[in-house]
Amino acid sequence: MTPKPRVGLFVTCLVDFFRPTVGFAAVKLIEDAGCEVFVPAGQTCCGQPAYNSGDRAGARALAEQVIALFEGFDHVVIPSGSCAGMIKVHYPSLFAGEPGWTLRAERLAAKTHELTAFLTDVLGVGPLPTAWEGTATYHDSCSGLRELGVKDQPRKLLAAVDGLTVKEMRDPESCCGFGGTFCVKYDEISNAIVDRKAADVRSTGADLLLGGDLGCLLNIAGKLKREGSTVEVRHVAEVLAGMTAGPAIGGAKR
Amino acid sequence: MSGAPASATFPKNARAALANPPLLKAIAHIEETLVSGRRRAIDALPEFEALRDAGRDLKAHTLAHLDLYLEAFERKVMDAGGHVHWAADAAEANSIILDICKAAGARTVTKGKSMITEEVGLNAFLEGNGVRPVETDLGEYIIQLRGETPSHIIAPAVHVNKEQVAADFRRAHTDLDPRRNLDEPVSLLAEARGVLRERFLAADVGITGANFLVAETGSTVIVTNEGNGDLSQILPKTHIVLASIEKVVPTLEDVATIMRLLARSATGQEMSVYTTFSTGPRRPGDPDGPEAFHVVLLDNGRSAMLGTEFEDMLRCIRCGACINHCPVYRSIGGHAYGSVYPGPMGSVLTPSLYGLETSAHLANASTLCGRCESVCPMRIPLPKMLRHWREKEFERHLTPRKARLGLAAWRLLANRPRLYGLTTRLAAWGLARLAGKSGALTSLPLAGGWTKWRDLPAPEGGTFRTEWAKRGRH
Repeated sequence: MTPKPRVGLFVTCLVDFFRPTVGFAAVKLIEDAGCEVFVPAGQTCCGQPAYNSGDRAGARALAEQVIALFEGFDHVVIPSGSCAGMIKVHYPSLFAGEPGWTLRAERLAAKTHELTAFLTDVLGVGPLPTAWEGTATYHDSCSGLRELGVKDQPRKLLAAVDGLTVKEMRDPESCCGFGGTFCVKYDEISNAIVDRKAADVRSTGADLLLGGDLGCLLNIAGKLKREGSTVEVRHVAEVLAGMTAGPAIGGAKR
Repeated sequence: MSGAPASATFPKNARAALANPPLLKAIAHIEETLVSGRRRAIDALPEFEALRDAGRDLKAHTLAHLDLYLEAFERKVMDAGGHVHWAADAAEANSIILDICKAAGARTVTKGKSMITEEVGLNAFLEGNGVRPVETDLGEYIIQLRGETPSHIIAPAVHVNKEQVAADFRRAHTDLDPRRNLDEPVSLLAEARGVLRERFLAADVGITGANFLVAETGSTVIVTNEGNGDLSQILPKTHIVLASIEKVVPTLEDVATIMRLLARSATGQEMSVYTTFSTGPRRPGDPDGPEAFHVVLLDNGRSAMLGTEFEDMLRCIRCGACINHCPVYRSIGGHAYGSVYPGPMGSVLTPSLYGLETSAHLANASTLCGRCESVCPMRIPLPKMLRHWREKEFERHLTPRKARLGLAAWRLLANRPRLYGLTTRLAAWGLARLAGKSGALTSLPLAGGWTKWRDLPAPEGGTFRTEWAKRGRH
């Protein structure tokens, strides 16, 4: 028997802090697909806040930490298109002029995957044995969509969920206005953007909003809740793994 | 000049825009006109992506040999009997143009729509020197009456509604019947056409910009939808073209390639209504055309961008697609940017033209969502360049103190996994407790920017890493 692929799970700082359920759902999905999952204890953040604030040295220090922790695995999987994009697209550029580090960054980039892309494109998983009764709509997070081409993968997996219908927004590819530190630096503009997104979500009539990036989901869930909407917000992994017993993001405890 | 100073107050400008419902309503039209139009035009052209590659490559090639093509262009203009003037900056360009106007004894000049004349502040300069500039593009004419600057590079009056235009026309055209009906756009158009017709005939000099300068032939090219550019340049005795140096392309064939991208990306048209090539002054036997033909080539900071991380920006063909698709522009409109060029392309260009000190907000006021790059016909990596400006801001210690302190605190924690684990564990536990059964926080000290507008979903309780360790996993 061939040994199981060894997968390092980069859980992301937001999932670690706000929504461990997403991490456990990711573990279940990857294990059920026949891999062995490891969660290196030293992981914190991918460095994106520093990188997008112009602090290259700060981003680089964290990139070194991530590379050292994860380069030994067969695959690195992340339940976020934004953090996966940081590693896959941006890490190599942080080490320009340093062949040793560049090589390590490029090797890590090549085996790093966003969760739904890993399940479909790399492992080729078929329909998952799970169910959700209702209508969902899917928000395409910007980095996953435009840096990594994540678009069809989550929809393909959702199409096989028993009882679930996906109804698209008018503009699922438009930004939700989160933008990392943008949402507090330019909070009024961020609010205007998420206001349009929330209206688009509501106009679908869906009772569930799904997405692959917790930053966007916290933003949209917070807006929907403030507006008194009853639309539930969850990370796509929760539904795919059947881990929906707990409250939705920002939802009241039952 | 109207450029940089107002960018320094970007947050205030944006707040004012967000509190202006007619403005927000006007900007919302961009979706059903320009954005939908572009989508339809591109869906109908299977080779669009290949054209984008071709456009990018030919501009990159031209920029790599810019001196060669500019000199070739200059020779061809002179061969055709025209004059070429080199302007290092806005002041030089303005003074060259004024000298030509004075030599022609000009009192009024008509203008085709041109962002480059906005960049150098030509109208104010001419007015201050006794020459009256008349904008002839309908949108430009409207904002000139209103004493405003363009809020969009291809739709300068996109922020104005038709009721406002009717009021402006009644105020400006006092010789017309005050009881006339101006309720319909077509009556506004007819009135503007009638007024402008007289201005065209009276003008001594016509000034246009250029979408392309063709090195092979010495031609300048403008694309318009109203034909006003043609009348501006054909009727007066003198035609002045003001164009920045990166507008040059090697051949007519190259113009054709970029033309296929330009109108589709801008308005969703296959081609704009008028495409006009000007090569030198009127020749014996020509039915019309100016007696004198001048091209003013403007640098204004562009040659300094060559060879830097901002060189790719010089591929821009000013279609406005990045602006139309920008979630920030779509929230606040163009004037809030406080710069000549708004939206993503403007936020990259403005610090190059006016300095980062007064315009650092612009690069930061972006979610880096990347939609601009995904629609750019020239494949300009706009988010990457916005990030480059943030890096320069950080290197030069222009980043606000609060943001720097926040980043430093974050670095301190994130580079110390044990301390990070302890801090996040405590904070997650505290916030979950604070939120209680509701599962969300409606206000939180230090997070006012978030909770003013939306609830903050509370953490579930324990962090993933603690829960994972509890299960004895590795």
